[in-house]
Amino acid sequence: MAIAVVLVLLVIGSLIFHFASPWWFTPIASNWTTMDDTVILTFWVTGVVFVVVNLFLAWVVWKYRHRKGHKADYDPENKKLEWWLTIVTSVGVAAMLAPGLFVWDKFVDVPDDAAIVEAIGQQWHWSFRFPGEDGELGHSDATLITPENPFGLDPDDPKGGDDVLVASPELHLPVDQPVKVLLRSKDVLHNFTVTQFRVKMDLIPGMITHLWLTPTVPGSYELLCEELCGVGHFAMRGRVVVTPREEFDTWLAALPTFDDTQALAAADPHAGAGQYAVCAACHGAAGEGNPALNAPRLAGQDAWYLRRQLHAFRNGVRGVHERDTYGAQMRPFAAMLADDASIRNLAAYVQSLPGQATQATVAGNVDRGRRLYGTCASCHGREGQGIWALNAPRLADMSDWYLVRQLLNFQHGVRGTHRQDFYGWQMATFADSLKNERSINDVVAYINTLDPQPARTARKD
Amino acid sequence: MAYVAIADRDAHAHDPHTFFLKYIWSQDHKVIAIQYSVIAIFVGLIALVLSALMRLQLGFPDTFHFVDPSQYYQFITMHGMIMVIYLLTALFLGGFGNYLIPLMCGSRDMVFPYMNMLSVWVYLLSVLVLLASFFVPGGPTGAGWTLYPPQSVLPGTPGAGWGIIMMLVSLGIFIVAFTMGGLNYVTTVLQARCKGMTLMRMPLSVWGIFMATILGLLAFPALFVSAIMMTLDGTLGTSFFMPAVSSMGADPGHDGGSPLLFQHLFWFFGHPEVYIVALPAFGIVSDLLSTHARKNIFGYRMMVWAILAIGGLSFVVWAHHMYVSGMNPYFGFFFATTTLIIAIPTAIKVYNWVLTLWKGDIHLTVPMLFAIGFIFTFVHGGLTGLFLGNVTVDLPLSDTYFVVGHFHMVMGVSPILVVFGAIYHWYPKITGRMWNVRLGKIHFWLTFLGTYAIYLPMHYLGILGVPRRYYALGDTDFLPPSVHTINAAITIAALVVAGSVVIFLYNMIVSLWKGEKAPPNPWGATTLEWQTPDTPPSHGNWGPRLPVVHRWAYDYSVPGAPEDFTPQNVPVDARYPTGTGHGEG
Repeated sequence: MAIAVVLVLLVIGSLIFHFASPWWFTPIASNWTTMDDTVILTFWVTGVVFVVVNLFLAWVVWKYRHRKGHKADYDPENKKLEWWLTIVTSVGVAAMLAPGLFVWDKFVDVPDDAAIVEAIGQQWHWSFRFPGEDGELGHSDATLITPENPFGLDPDDPKGGDDVLVASPELHLPVDQPVKVLLRSKDVLHNFTVTQFRVKMDLIPGMITHLWLTPTVPGSYELLCEELCGVGHFAMRGRVVVTPREEFDTWLAALPTFDDTQALAAADPHAGAGQYAVCAACHGAAGEGNPALNAPRLAGQDAWYLRRQLHAFRNGVRGVHERDTYGAQMRPFAAMLADDASIRNLAAYVQSLPGQATQATVAGNVDRGRRLYGTCASCHGREGQGIWALNAPRLADMSDWYLVRQLLNFQHGVRGTHRQDFYGWQMATFADSLKNERSINDVVAYINTLDPQPARTARKD
Repeated sequence: MAYVAIADRDAHAHDPHTFFLKYIWSQDHKVIAIQYSVIAIFVGLIALVLSALMRLQLGFPDTFHFVDPSQYYQFITMHGMIMVIYLLTALFLGGFGNYLIPLMCGSRDMVFPYMNMLSVWVYLLSVLVLLASFFVPGGPTGAGWTLYPPQSVLPGTPGAGWGIIMMLVSLGIFIVAFTMGGLNYVTTVLQARCKGMTLMRMPLSVWGIFMATILGLLAFPALFVSAIMMTLDGTLGTSFFMPAVSSMGADPGHDGGSPLLFQHLFWFFGHPEVYIVALPAFGIVSDLLSTHARKNIFGYRMMVWAILAIGGLSFVVWAHHMYVSGMNPYFGFFFATTTLIIAIPTAIKVYNWVLTLWKGDIHLTVPMLFAIGFIFTFVHGGLTGLFLGNVTVDLPLSDTYFVVGHFHMVMGVSPILVVFGAIYHWYPKITGRMWNVRLGKIHFWLTFLGTYAIYLPMHYLGILGVPRRYYALGDTDFLPPSVHTINAAITIAALVVAGSVVIFLYNMIVSLWKGEKAPPNPWGATTLEWQTPDTPPSHGNWGPRLPVVHRWAYDYSVPGAPEDFTPQNVPVDARYPTGTGHGEG
């Protein structure tokens, strides 16, 4: 009895939930409105079946419930009824399948006027490449990837020289221009998903896959990875910015080509030594850091990381949060660096500083810290040595009090919240997984025990 | 008849006398069934706890510090694999298959009892290896239950060293165990039925288990070879599934392998696996509905043909799991079509279940409640499958919570409702005791309503675009705060459902001692297992003489018969008529 009533209530409840739910399609921003239409068509067909079958079930359960003296019919088969049901079902199925295949045909068939862009996935970052003036992408190979050639382009392929490289997770696309997105992975499976575009496709190492779409609404959309790609899967984010054609052209023109990146002169640590004199006032002559001045150790830190942070301070991406007092102090000093070359020289010098073992100032449960560090090791390396390919800086031997402060900054939204700080955002999502200050102390206490030297491998610069 | 001789071999007439031979190293299919079931339920409870831990993280992401990202991915992996393989497959085939096939077919035991015994112990070994992976360096694999390479064997995935190898070895051992059991089930059904038990008189439970076993024997080898190849990739550095990659900025030395090949092999196993779980559930629920509605199953022949059709079609739909995998997009046309075709025999089964209840005399017993609950959840899960099976509709929904909602409704909740219903149904025969009805009903309502509260909202989160397999959603512009509210609500519902399992276990365990003595046939069922001379059935099942079958399994409420059920072993005569052609041998 109750079950019949509950079945009816569940049907009604499901319908109310369906129509009242605040969770529905994100407004579409691509040409694939037909995909939404097929979803809605499927909702109608299946919805009718859901309601009819379950209400009939409820009615049957109520009507033929056991009562004294009541006896069941003996009714083994009813060929006519079974055939009718089969035919009606087949028609319903065909009504959903046919439009679906029609739309799929459009998806399979990439329009001839589609522009080309390559989206490159790696653990746990995005980067992009445009074909440049020749309209063709140069050959690439995962085995060619080095710190100097992170895109893995073939230097011997003349088509690759003018390829425009986007070494950032932010891709710009012109509105109303059909685009074929070629998908390439450096390491494992990934998936290119912009919810507002509806279409998505996996990236498979060893082959190039693709999807196509026409962005129709200018705006900024999150790019998500939707194929499990390891422990950082949930933090693999990018952004697709759809703009009018002119803005897109301006953005693209400012980006370096592959040839530009290869022609860059090697950094000169000696030139950097001169610039370091200013830094030494706080960070110490040997880059050993000074807790009294809230200046962390720099010696031995990866040059690519120092460069990124100096740029961030200079461009107002870091040190701008009102509670980031120490970060704000750093900003005018970063602004003193004249250009990219001087930043490169300075960073190269600092990385070359030998540094001594740092004094441990943080106490915590090392065993618990070791377990928690398992996740950190996925990017920063088992010995905290830092891995350039993952954009993860060195942690071992760095000032432990500074690590604690930065983890707290990440947790409290003081760092990693600027919209251009993609890597900081990623770190903030991981810092959140430490949940409380005790865990932070434990993990930093464990980092104090690490010895990065044997694990140091090739680094940028 | 030859098969009768096999069914009645006198080797089984010699009872084992020591405790060890009777209950541990036992060749009796009923003891083996219970051993299988107890191990499966035990490991299933571990997977249940893992899901509760995951839900705590998802519902309250800032609160519980005992789930970090690595553990989260390890938990989802172990939860999925345990539930699909080590619980559902083992319980339906090793548990119910072992118990029901000989009893429903009128045999004394399985055809190869020694191999049957080995099967359960090898299964136990596979479970131990699986659980041991929690204690190896790096912990169990966190590659997701699909174990996709390259990430499953590369750094960056938890358990990429030891964990994944332990998982693959455990799966290999499981498949050995399954094959030893599966050959038994198929051979017993084909060769050891008692006199008069024609194929078209078999109860649908046997049909479902039989067909599922055939699917397993054909599908598991695909997983077996993939497990071997991936083990070699992970240990010896071969490149079956591994292309040249740059992992963590370094070259691990692989070249020329295909990650897509693994996906095809995995789903060539993985899709039939859905039906390896579903077909026994289909069969068993048919028998529950018929028995407790006191009415013959509607359209028996169509039901059998639907089982065969679904079984056959299940081998040509696998790539619908791969619409966004990057495989040749033209495959989408073929696999969407085959996938939607499989909906037709499946829909027929649903209609026939409802039409079985139609004009019945429905006793709302606990097994019946679970069976009706199953129809509702299965209709829901089946219909959402029509979204995901249709390639265009799948594109926006793939890899979102819509998928999570769908497969949990169709492959989690639905079969588990049948498992619970079936345990309540056969418990009196297995143990000789009745369980507590009130607790059974409380268990039903919490499970049925609780699971719907968990999974219905997930579909809508999926339409919104909430991605699956995310440890945390972080700040995501297109997700409103209400997503976090509903996630917390889902977690609370999940904890309630998990808690209701305690009520079930309490009922089952306490009733072993405190339950009323069960009559031999408490539900008035027609099938042979209820006609045994002893309850619980003793070794050899049938005493001195095997039963002889005279009619199909569904002579309920036959006009003119003295009772509303006529067991299969009652001869057809004027007093006990049968209404169908199935009465003739």
